[in-house]
Amino acid sequence: MKYRKVAVVGAGMTQFVRRAKETPPELAFKAVRAALDSCDLTFADIDAVCLGTAPDSFDGIHMNGEYLSNGAAAFRKPYMRSYVGGGTGVFVPIQGWYHVASGLFDTVLVVAEEKMSSYYPHAQAAFLTIFDHTIERPLKPNLLWIFALEMNRYMTTYGISKADVARVSVLHKRNAADHPCALLGDPHITVEDVLQSETLAWPVQRLDVSPVSDGAVAIILAAEHVARRITDKPVWIEGVGWCLDTAYWTNRDLAYPRYVEVAAKMAYEMAGIKEPRKEIHIAEPYDPFDYKALHHLEGLQLAERGRAIELYLNGDAERTGNLPICPSGGLLGVGNPIAAAGLMKVAELFWQLRGEAGQRQVPGNPQRGIAQAWGDLMQVGTVIILGR
Amino acid sequence: MEKEVAIVGIGWEGFQPTTSHYSYKEMIYQAAQRAYHDANVDPRKDIQSFVSVAEDFIEGTSIFDEYTPDQLGAALKPMHTITGDGLHGIITAYLMIRSGLCQIAAVEAHSKASNVRTLPQITHYALDPILNRPLEYHPEFIAGLEMNRFLHESQLTSEECALIVQKNRRNALNNPSAPYGCDFHLDEIQQSEPISYPLLESHSSQTADGAIVIVLAHHSIAKSLPKEPIWVIGVGWCNDAYALEYREWGHLPYVTQAAMMAYRQAQIRNPASIIDFAEVDDLYAYRELMSLSALNLIPKTQLGEAIYGGKIYPEGDMPVNLSGGSLGMGNLLDANGCARLIEAVLQLRGEAGKRQLPSPHIGLVQSWRGIPTTSTAVLILANS
Amino acid sequence: MSAKNPYANVVSLSEEDFSAARVLFRHDKLIANYAWDSGIAIGYFLAGLKAGQILGSYCAKCRKTVVPPRIVCEWCFRPMQRFVKLSDSGTVNTFSICYVTWDVRRISEPEIPAVIEIDGASEGNGILHKLGEIDPQEVHIGMRVQAVWKPPEERCGSITDILYFRKV
Repeated sequence: MKYRKVAVVGAGMTQFVRRAKETPPELAFKAVRAALDSCDLTFADIDAVCLGTAPDSFDGIHMNGEYLSNGAAAFRKPYMRSYVGGGTGVFVPIQGWYHVASGLFDTVLVVAEEKMSSYYPHAQAAFLTIFDHTIERPLKPNLLWIFALEMNRYMTTYGISKADVARVSVLHKRNAADHPCALLGDPHITVEDVLQSETLAWPVQRLDVSPVSDGAVAIILAAEHVARRITDKPVWIEGVGWCLDTAYWTNRDLAYPRYVEVAAKMAYEMAGIKEPRKEIHIAEPYDPFDYKALHHLEGLQLAERGRAIELYLNGDAERTGNLPICPSGGLLGVGNPIAAAGLMKVAELFWQLRGEAGQRQVPGNPQRGIAQAWGDLMQVGTVIILGR
Repeated sequence: MEKEVAIVGIGWEGFQPTTSHYSYKEMIYQAAQRAYHDANVDPRKDIQSFVSVAEDFIEGTSIFDEYTPDQLGAALKPMHTITGDGLHGIITAYLMIRSGLCQIAAVEAHSKASNVRTLPQITHYALDPILNRPLEYHPEFIAGLEMNRFLHESQLTSEECALIVQKNRRNALNNPSAPYGCDFHLDEIQQSEPISYPLLESHSSQTADGAIVIVLAHHSIAKSLPKEPIWVIGVGWCNDAYALEYREWGHLPYVTQAAMMAYRQAQIRNPASIIDFAEVDDLYAYRELMSLSALNLIPKTQLGEAIYGGKIYPEGDMPVNLSGGSLGMGNLLDANGCARLIEAVLQLRGEAGKRQLPSPHIGLVQSWRGIPTTSTAVLILANS
Repeated sequence: MSAKNPYANVVSLSEEDFSAARVLFRHDKLIANYAWDSGIAIGYFLAGLKAGQILGSYCAKCRKTVVPPRIVCEWCFRPMQRFVKLSDSGTVNTFSICYVTWDVRRISEPEIPAVIEIDGASEGNGILHKLGEIDPQEVHIGMRVQAVWKPPEERCGSITDILYFRKV
C-alpha cells in the first residue's frame, strides 16, 4: 500500500436528542471525553484536531468552527474545520486521515457536532438559504422540495412503490431500538405506520424523514506505530473517496447519484476492492430519507440501479442478512444531527468491526465495512472504508 | 530542508473596493483561468483535488460549498471546503499531496465583501451568544482591547502603529493590484476618527473584493512545469482560546506556536537571520507589530527600533508587507492569507516588478482570521 | 463491550421547558443583508425574464445548450460565448406536492414545485419553478407545460416574473 497506515483507535458519542440543554461546545466536549476515555488517552496525546459541523445557521453562530474550537479540545493545537454540507460527517474522518497520512501528525482527534434546536422555531427554515440566491430563493423553496423531487424521479424511473421504500424506514427504526443513543428507535413500527404518516411533500411523508436532532460524535485516529501501542484491536482506514458534482442540480439526472459512484470508486481503488458486493460486510449508507439509502446503495455499487430495494425485500439488509445495512439504526432511527450523524456511522463500523456493538452486533465477525454521507444540493458523496 | 510540495501557479482577479461587473462565480473563474495558465495545467485532466475556503454568513448562502466547483473546473471531482483563512486551504492541499492522495491540487479563496451590507452585525454573530453578544458592542472593541494591552506591554504608542499604516499604504503604491495605495502624512493618519480606543479608523484595513486561485504540485511534477517551483518548506497553524475572558491580550501565543511548528519543519533555528522578507497579518496596524514579535522575527523590545531604524521597510533587512498588506490591498476576508502568499511567490520568482527585492530565497507568510478569532496559519516558502 | 461506556448522556429538553420558562435561554436574531452582484450570465438571464424570455447559454465544444446561462462550461472548462433564446415551454422532469412552506407552516392548498426541462435547451436541462392552474392529482412526469408570465409592466427582472407553469 502506497499510503501511510492510519487506524481508528477510539470512539465516543452523545445521545441524539431533539433539544439538548448542553451548548454546542459542551456537546462536542462530551463526545471528545467519551472518545478519549475509550482508549485511555488525554488531551496532551492529541497532535491536531479536525472538526465537522454543517451550516452555521443551525447553531446560530458565525464562524461556528471557532466557537466550537475549545469544546473540541483544540486549545493551542493545529485545528481545522472542513465542510461539505451533509457529507461533512463522513468527510471529517477523511480529513483526519490525510492529516495523519501526510506524516505531520501521529494522533488526530476528529469531532463532529450539530445543534439544530438553536434555530427557532424550526431548523428547516435555515435551509431556504441553501438555494441559489438570485434564481431560486425568490420562489421560497423548501428543503423538502428537493428530496421530494428526487424521490419522485427515482421511484418513477424504476417503478418502485411507496410501500417498498417504507421498508427502509421500518428496518432502520427497528435497528435503532437497540442503540442507547437513539432518538427514534421503535421495535414495533410497520410499513402501514409509514404509509399513514402525514404527507409533507408528496411523495415524502413524515416517517420517510429523519428527525432534526442535537448531538456530537468523536473518533481518534493514529498512525500505525502509535495505534499498536494504544490498542490490540485497531480498525484500519482502508479507503477514502469524495466527489462534488455541479451546483446546477436542475441539469442533472436525479435518478442516480453518480457523485457517490465516483467517490466510492476512489475509495474501492485505494482499498484494493474489486468486487464490493462480496468484499463489503456492513454498509452504513446515508439515510436522511428512506429512499436515499436505496439511491446510495446503488451509487456505492452494492446494488444494480433501481434494485437496491431487493436487499430489503429479501432480508439481506437485516443484521443477520448477507449485507447488513445501517445496523446502527441510521439517521432515520438514531437521529440526524447532520455532521454528527455521518460520523456516527463511522463510529458504528468501528464498534461493529471490533465486536463491541452490543445488542446491535452483526454476527459472523465482519471484517470490512463502508460508511457514506451525502449533502449539498444532492451533489456530494463522501465514502470511507474501514477494515480489521 | 524538505522540498516535497511546491506552488506552481497563481492567478487572481479583482482587488477592488467593488466588482459589480462579475458575479462571485465569474470573478473566481477569471482567477482560475490565470492560475491554470500560469501552471500550464488543465483542471479537467490534470488537477485531482480542489479546496475552497469560505464562510456561509459572509457568502449569504448556507452550505456555500455547493456553489464552489463549476467555476474552477472541479465538477464531479474531489472538492471540499475549509472554513478558515486561505492559508488553511493551502495547508490542506499540502497535506493531501504529502499523503499521496493527489499530485496536483488547486485552492480557491475569494471575497465579495462589497455584497455584504451588514458585515459588523455578522461579525458580531461570531461572538459567544450567551456571554458576549448581549453586551451589544461593535465587534471591533476586541481590537481596541488587544491594541491597548499590547501597547502597554511593548511600550509602543499609536504613533508607531501610524508608521505601519504609512509604510504599508506607501508600499501599495508600487503594487498595481493594490487599491488602497496612498502617500499619507502621519498627522493625516492620526487625525482619523477613533473606533474603539486606542484603535483609530485609519489603523484598520478597509474591505475589498477579489478572488485568488493557487495551484500546488508534488515535486515529481513541479519540476516539469514551466514556472520555477516555489517550495512550501514549513507549515503551521493553531487556535487559542475562543473565550474573550481567557485570552492573553498583550501577545499572540497561537501565532508563536504556529510559527514554531513551521520553523521546526523547515529546520530554521534563527528565523530573524534566515528569512528574507515577511508578508504578515495587518488587518489592524498594531497586529503587524504583534505578529512580528510572536513570529520571533523581531523581539518585542526591539519593535520600535525596527521601525525607526528602517528594518521592516522595503530597503531594510526584513521588509514586511511589500505588497501593501491588508492596509494597502484591502481586507479580503478569508482570502487575506492568499493575497499575502501571492506577493511571496512573486518575490521568490523575481516577478514583483517595482517592489522586487534583489534575490530573496526564503519568505514567510502569516495570516489571521480577524476578530473575534484566534485562528492563524504560517507558511515558509523557498525558491530553488 | 469495551471496558468503558462510549455513550454520553445529555439533558433532553421539551418545547414546554422553554414556553414555561423552566430553562433560561436567550433569543437573538441575525441581521444579515446582502446585495449579490448578478454578473454577466445571470445579469442577461434576469434581463431576459424582464423581457418575457428564457435565456440559456451554448457550449460550442460540448455542443450543449444549458439553462440557467453561465460564462464557462463546467464540463470542458471552455468559455461559453453565446447566450441563446429558449422557448418558454417545457416538460416536467419531476415534481412534488408540498403541504408545508419553507418555514414549516402547514398549508391546505399545496404548492407544486417542479424541475422543468426547457424547450430549446439540451435534454435534461431544466430549471426549478412551480406549477399552477392544475389539480395536483393530474400532474405527472413528462407533462408538457407553458410559462405564465406577469404582465410586462409588473416584471422586474426576477425568476418570479414567471408566475408558474401551466399544463399545455
